[in-house]
Amino acid sequence: MYDFKNLYEPTSVEEALKLKKEHPEALILAGGSDILIQIREGKLAGCDLLNIYGLDALRGICMEEDGSLLIRPLASFTDITMHPLIKKHIPVLGEAVEQIGGPQVRNIGTIGGNICNGVTSADSAGTLKAYDAVLEIASIDGTRILPYADFNLKPGKVDLRPGEILTGIRIPKASWENTYGDFIKYAMRKAMDIATLSCSVNVRLSSDKKKIERLRIAFGVAAPTPIRAFTAEKSAEGHALNEGLLKKISEGVLADVMPRTSWRASKEFRLHLVEELARRATIASIEKAGGKING
Amino acid sequence: MAKKTIPCTVNGKKREYTVDIRSSLSDMLRGQEGLDSIKHGCDVGECGACTVLIDGKPFNSCIYLAVWAEGKTILTLEGLSDKKGAISDIQQAFIDEGAVQCGFCTPGFIMASVPIINSEEPTSRDDIRKQVAGNLCRCTGYEKIINAIEKTQHKRIEEKKAK
Repeated sequence: MYDFKNLYEPTSVEEALKLKKEHPEALILAGGSDILIQIREGKLAGCDLLNIYGLDALRGICMEEDGSLLIRPLASFTDITMHPLIKKHIPVLGEAVEQIGGPQVRNIGTIGGNICNGVTSADSAGTLKAYDAVLEIASIDGTRILPYADFNLKPGKVDLRPGEILTGIRIPKASWENTYGDFIKYAMRKAMDIATLSCSVNVRLSSDKKKIERLRIAFGVAAPTPIRAFTAEKSAEGHALNEGLLKKISEGVLADVMPRTSWRASKEFRLHLVEELARRATIASIEKAGGKING
Repeated sequence: MAKKTIPCTVNGKKREYTVDIRSSLSDMLRGQEGLDSIKHGCDVGECGACTVLIDGKPFNSCIYLAVWAEGKTILTLEGLSDKKGAISDIQQAFIDEGAVQCGFCTPGFIMASVPIINSEEPTSRDDIRKQVAGNLCRCTGYEKIINAIEKTQHKRIEEKKAK
């Protein structure tokens, strides 16, 4: 038996928003793979829950008329990995969330929960940041659009105001079109583990596949929240595919990150991982895009 | 505390349970249906000993609210036996391969392996490992469990071909 107090059970998104306004203190319960566990651990004992897990309107993945990929927040990690649109256009996102937990956790865990928790180790976060995802956040008074880049306020705290619920995650076509990406999660185990560090890269090459047209890099656990490495991205723009590019990226990422020492790893080891994972994920992304370093 | 009636299908039978809304699915199925193959191991979704299939997919029933089961089709280890109570091929394979020692993790492992043994194509050993990566075993060292799953999958694929 779980130690929570009230369970509010809306049957529509509108009712959920109404209940969220009436009970701003109630925690939004999606798949529960973080919240139910924290209740078991006593950290959230006695809390109120707003159960949105049954709201199918908040589930699913589709492409909109303008080519944006729309992922609803209750899409499970398995849904994302298996979905044909994800496999076709941003397979790196499916590959990233396939490294979360084990199969059972990936069946219940949702992408909305993953990013609303606001932890730096969220395995979907880096790739969503690197693809400039845009969030749709609703309250009973209306809907606002917020770049995911501005969503993380501090560890465990995201820009969801009282009465608000995340209702959509969009990746614009201009962002995903003609890109190839790679995600590397460094952890002690291949399953049921939290990233020591993670890196998500995607590239768009020039039409002759000799130069970087656009490169994006994001990290998990390299700072208090998931972050982009803008210095590295800028220095890669227009660069030829050679060792010099990899060197610039290594230098750039080190300027952008601020990892700390925790029981999982020291700051020094994380800095090493930042350099090495960025290098490896860049090489892999370029190869997937049909390019070659020093080719 | 508030109660709620949950209609669902469990091991092929239509059921209705009236539960405290704070119950997990594992609480409900063990307490009201006596399905003791579901083990309360870690109770936080890390060990997989409480694995059941919900609409054909493996879930940890310890971190699944009972109220979410409304209208769902649930399969537990008990549902793998035939009408006379004889055990299924995957259970027999676990016995034959020595994949059971203390046995606590066995029902969860077997339920996690059901989607694998039902697949049309052979699964590599690496992929089998990946698909049972949410289940822990402290006794066997896993090799024999992988053997039992692989053997049963190959047997079922052969049987389908023979038909």
